[in-house]
Amino acid sequence: MTTPTAIEINCTTGEVTERPLTAEEIAANEAAQAQAEADRLAAEAEAATKAEAKAQLLAKLGITAEEATLLLGDN
Amino acid sequence: MASTYTLISSNVLSGSAASVTFSSIPSTYTDLVLRVSLRTDTSASFVQTNLTFNSDSSAIYSATYLYGTGSAASSTNYTADTYAREVYYDGANATSNTFGSGEIYIPNYTSTTSKSFSAFGVEEDNNSAARIGVEAQLYRNTSAISSITWAATSGQNFVSGSSFYLYGIKNS
Repeated sequence: MTTPTAIEINCTTGEVTERPLTAEEIAANEAAQAQAEADRLAAEAEAATKAEAKAQLLAKLGITAEEATLLLGDN
Repeated sequence: MASTYTLISSNVLSGSAASVTFSSIPSTYTDLVLRVSLRTDTSASFVQTNLTFNSDSSAIYSATYLYGTGSAASSTNYTADTYAREVYYDGANATSNTFGSGEIYIPNYTSTTSKSFSAFGVEEDNNSAARIGVEAQLYRNTSAISSITWAATSGQNFVSGSSFYLYGIKNS
């Protein structure tokens, strides 16, 4: 696997440099990726829990989602 | 566009890159605007990207996010991130050759107080799965912003053709 590249544009001189990422930058990126994935999984789990709770409530009430929308309005 | 809206610097990638940094940003403007068109090689339709100021990865970035897909919306708050999460942009599974677009607006970037800034990003894939993210963000540091780094997530790269434009705005 090739080492990822970082590009830097010096806004004062206009100079553009390209260099490989440092080990610290790669580690920081990996930590960020892990956190992003954990957050995504947590959000999906929360959404699934809410959907399940909604389905159970609709079943308990004996109405469909469309009928619930009609009762409550679109807002 | 206001006549005070000045292009400071830009870069259009001719190859892939994990990050793009604007350094030595002049302190002569009032506000900064960063406009981007992005696609990453991440194996997903839509992706998060990460922004840091002054090479600072301290846990002093916070934000409120609003997400929308056209059929659902949600909101999340983060208070101690080590980077500002910028969403959403196109990943490798979006329609070929489509790019997400977005903007970061940073008012008073040289102030000696924490920096609040706003952002939005849209993932567009010419299909039904397009989505948008809007963010109210805060960088809790009192130093002037002199560099901005926009990075793809770990092991991933912005693809060739991704573009970055940094503008300065003066209030007079």
